Amino acid sequence: MAEIPSHLKFSRSHEWVEVLDDGTARVGITDHAQELLGDMVFIEVPECGSEVSAGDECAVVESVKAASDVYSPVSGEVVEVNEELADSPDLVNHHPYGDGWLYRVKLSDDAELDDLLDGDGYAELVADEDH
Amino acid sequence: MTISTPLLDQHIAAGGKMVDFAGWEMPLHYGSQIEEHHAVRRDAGMFDVSHMAVVDLRGAGVRDFLRTLLANDVAKLKTPGKALYSCMLKEDGGVIDDLIVYFLADDFFRLVVNAGTRDKDLAWIRRQAAPAGVEVVERRDLAMIAVQGPHAREKADKVFTPAQCRAAQALKVFSGVESEGLFIARTGYTGEEGYEIMVDAADAPGLWQVLLAQGVRPIGLGARDSLRLEAGMNLYGSDMDESTTPLVSGLSWTVALEPQTRDFTGRCALEAQRDQGNLQKVVGLVLQGRGVLRAHQKVVLDGKTVGETTSGGFSPSLNKSIALARVEACVADTCQVEVRGKGLDCIVVKPPFVRHGKACIDLD
Repeated sequence: MAEIPSHLKFSRSHEWVEVLDDGTARVGITDHAQELLGDMVFIEVPECGSEVSAGDECAVVESVKAASDVYSPVSGEVVEVNEELADSPDLVNHHPYGDGWLYRVKLSDDAELDDLLDGDGYAELVADEDH
Repeated sequence: MTISTPLLDQHIAAGGKMVDFAGWEMPLHYGSQIEEHHAVRRDAGMFDVSHMAVVDLRGAGVRDFLRTLLANDVAKLKTPGKALYSCMLKEDGGVIDDLIVYFLADDFFRLVVNAGTRDKDLAWIRRQAAPAGVEVVERRDLAMIAVQGPHAREKADKVFTPAQCRAAQALKVFSGVESEGLFIARTGYTGEEGYEIMVDAADAPGLWQVLLAQGVRPIGLGARDSLRLEAGMNLYGSDMDESTTPLVSGLSWTVALEPQTRDFTGRCALEAQRDQGNLQKVVGLVLQGRGVLRAHQKVVLDGKTVGETTSGGFSPSLNKSIALARVEACVADTCQVEVRGKGLDCIVVKPPFVRHGKACIDLD
């Protein structure tokens, strides 16, 4: 059973958002998503300083199985990317909500967070997909 | 509706992530495809390949029949047990399937064909076997387990009976032998040593369990594909199919055009294609930077499209991405592959990429 931490927000396309104390937000892909994709072998993160918009393709995760687009769940300027992923893409498999984060954004529109699912909502989405 | 092999319970017990493969419920991996890949390169792994079809051909005219049916020449098989890899072609030279044929007796040969092509293969073979007086029997009663890796044979030898063990140890490369209820062949699809073992379906779970007890690790279809890609072995449906001939699929070495008197199906088409010249060829590609090559990406040289990848993926042994590609004859040392609109630099190599646990290409 995939892990779904309750303090995060989730997109319908299996990304998570963690709002940090300084008002920026970290983005990654969910445990369920990494389980479906299998062993990660290459992660393409957005460029630091670039602008991402909610719903747009902004990163690519490539597993042994396939390449998958990551859609940014929120809009804003990318202020940090996870450099560790270049050498250790498997962090996404082992710590999808921790060391396997993809990038950090300075949120341009906090209201977007209300459009995302909470843990229960995401758990329901995953359960529906399994049927 | 999927069909399961006699080893379904074993897969589930080992944590197999089951997927539909050509209508069969098969394990994609048992947790980590990369770890399974390394297990085969470094130690020993086993694959359930019971979805492949074993087809027995019997009759006085079976050798002549196969000399017409197959692009390789079974006249090369002189010792009972010896095997040959061949394509089975349409009249236009397109590949119906690739297969292994074993010579077991003058009136008895055995074929092993792909799961995804089983029905069309059998229909094609039966249509031609009837007038030739050859009896075709699909051995649905058999399961098959491939045991592969540097320690595969020593581990498998321990689970055999003394007679099976002697027979297996005496096997030459690419040969098989029947012994006390098993058909043991020194063949595989990984570039490592090992056996492919045919066993009565009812006895397959027992054989799997004793191999497991010897430390042979279950390996899924995912690692099967990355292992065969590193070994430079073609996959039917990706690297060749009915729209391509062996001559443009890196399989010329499997076509026996000599003796010229042997009239096999597809021969005229292959000769015409050969005489036309300037044929496409299959090369290996190694991605120089980061990223992953996949099938059906454009191969570019000096801004011009010169071919397409037919298989691609991540090579755990090389820690780089590799691919097989069908390209124009002009491609030599380097090229680019288009991935998401960007041209990524690749070096061109002659497959295999990895064999017997070692890189076959210079990575620097």
